[in-house]
Amino acid sequence: MTDPNTISVKADDSGKELSFITVIGRDQKGIVARISTLLYKHNINIEDIAQKVMHGHFVMIMLVDFQDSPSDLEEVNAGLDKIAGEMKLKIQIQHEELFKMMHRI
Amino acid sequence: MAIDVDEVFETARMTLYQNFDIRTTTLGINLKDCIHSDFKRFCARVYKRVKTSAANLVAEAGKLEALYGVPITSKRVSVTPVSLIMETHPEPEKFMEMARTLDRAAKDSGMDYIGGFGALVQKGATRADSALIEVLPEVLSGTERICGFLNVGSSVSGINMDAVIALGPILKKTAEASGNGIGCTKFSVYVNAPEDNPFMSGAFHGVGEPDFSVNIGISGPGVVRDVVAANRDCDLTALSEVIKRIAFKITRAGELIGRELARRLKVPFGIVDISLASTTAVGDSVAGVIEAMGIERVGAHGSTLALALLMSAVKKGGAMASGNVGGLSGTFIPVSEDEGMIRAVQEGALGLEKLEALTSVCSVGMDMFAVPGDTPSETVSAIIADELAIGVINDKTTGVRIIIVPNAVPGDIIDYGGLLGRVPVMEVNRFSASHFIKRGGRLPSPSTSLRN
Repeated sequence: MTDPNTISVKADDSGKELSFITVIGRDQKGIVARISTLLYKHNINIEDIAQKVMHGHFVMIMLVDFQDSPSDLEEVNAGLDKIAGEMKLKIQIQHEELFKMMHRI
Repeated sequence: MAIDVDEVFETARMTLYQNFDIRTTTLGINLKDCIHSDFKRFCARVYKRVKTSAANLVAEAGKLEALYGVPITSKRVSVTPVSLIMETHPEPEKFMEMARTLDRAAKDSGMDYIGGFGALVQKGATRADSALIEVLPEVLSGTERICGFLNVGSSVSGINMDAVIALGPILKKTAEASGNGIGCTKFSVYVNAPEDNPFMSGAFHGVGEPDFSVNIGISGPGVVRDVVAANRDCDLTALSEVIKRIAFKITRAGELIGRELARRLKVPFGIVDISLASTTAVGDSVAGVIEAMGIERVGAHGSTLALALLMSAVKKGGAMASGNVGGLSGTFIPVSEDEGMIRAVQEGALGLEKLEALTSVCSVGMDMFAVPGDTPSETVSAIIADELAIGVINDKTTGVRIIIVPNAVPGDIIDYGGLLGRVPVMEVNRFSASHFIKRGGRLPSPSTSLRN
């Protein structure tokens, strides 16, 4: 059984441009809807989603693939910033390489 | 490979809440091959080299910030020690012209600082070195972006006390020429200065370096402070393990970004400097780490041990994370750039004597502290000499960045804004070392230098 707290980056993912989107804030309607609409608009695929409440924060993590996206990272970031501002959330996008480097020897 | 939600949250939280950043990406540039007998052409070559080399640094660093979600606070350039390339043009007015050229090149390529306006005089000064020292007050007060340094000693050559004597009046003149002493914030004096230090004001591109190198200074006192605070009751061995683990993680981020930046700029990757560097942001404080360990205020008895523990653990975690650790790799304890240090001075917990003691276990030295404008120049030299003796005898880098504030008295606060922060003016021992300091000459190197 898959651990619901784990997001897997599979070995056959080479070629994919994977990043993690971290959303922190108050749980509310429309978070997934608004972010996935934005990602769809930029042709970014959602590979996996996990969420839980940690240290009193609602935390949602999306693993997304930029491989087929024609957009600049700056454009996507601007869209995420807009959602973050309107919904009073913190949204951060970070390339998966960073997590591999920091958390695996 | 599986990534846990907790791990992603921990990483995102570092930048979102704990002020984790890459403090500086510094591009080292060799200028030796720009030397020309025609001084105008020489300056033109220097300008072009700096401007074209630095042009991509800001753009590429910006892209990496977006890609990894880690802010890169400063993008800077360091160059070959300027006295070295000016050996055949050793006139003070030419040094001024070279300083203006470098300042303009830095400005036109979007750099906030350019390091390397300095000299290596650990055994003595050449004519060019002396000319450079002579123009320091005018350069530091009259340019915006130039940072200066002198290396006046080493564990194999001892300390050039003549240079230390010269610095007293030079620094006082610098302070007066820049009004509130801000010129002094752009100058450091060292012993055992590393040739690949990415941090200003002491950064320079050493003579043993390649044409270019990318050097990274990571940061993250806020991250370390939070893990220390979360481990309130463990013993020192366990605390050291906790700090090692977090230092490993933040160093890995620096290693990744440094490697990628070097690849994109098509230049060799130099080093990751694992120094913890405070900012004036709340919580992003080395003093905060010390206090989270259980010391009421930094400067209280016990602070030196606490800093030694922190330093040792950061080095061990950092060394495991990167094969390219270099630069200063100490812990910065600048007074003006750290809210906890400022508070400790204001509340009387931290004086100059304890500040000096702390630097014996953390290298990098006495940084960004202020003394009254009427401090005698021999006393300024003596403060510097004491700090440098710690470095030479213990075979480590130490430096001094002392701010002399004209017309100020102990307790005054001078606000420089930005990363420089605000500095409380500290009390200086009123007894004199004038006769001793004026002897000059050279402090012989310690016997540990006789290793061959």
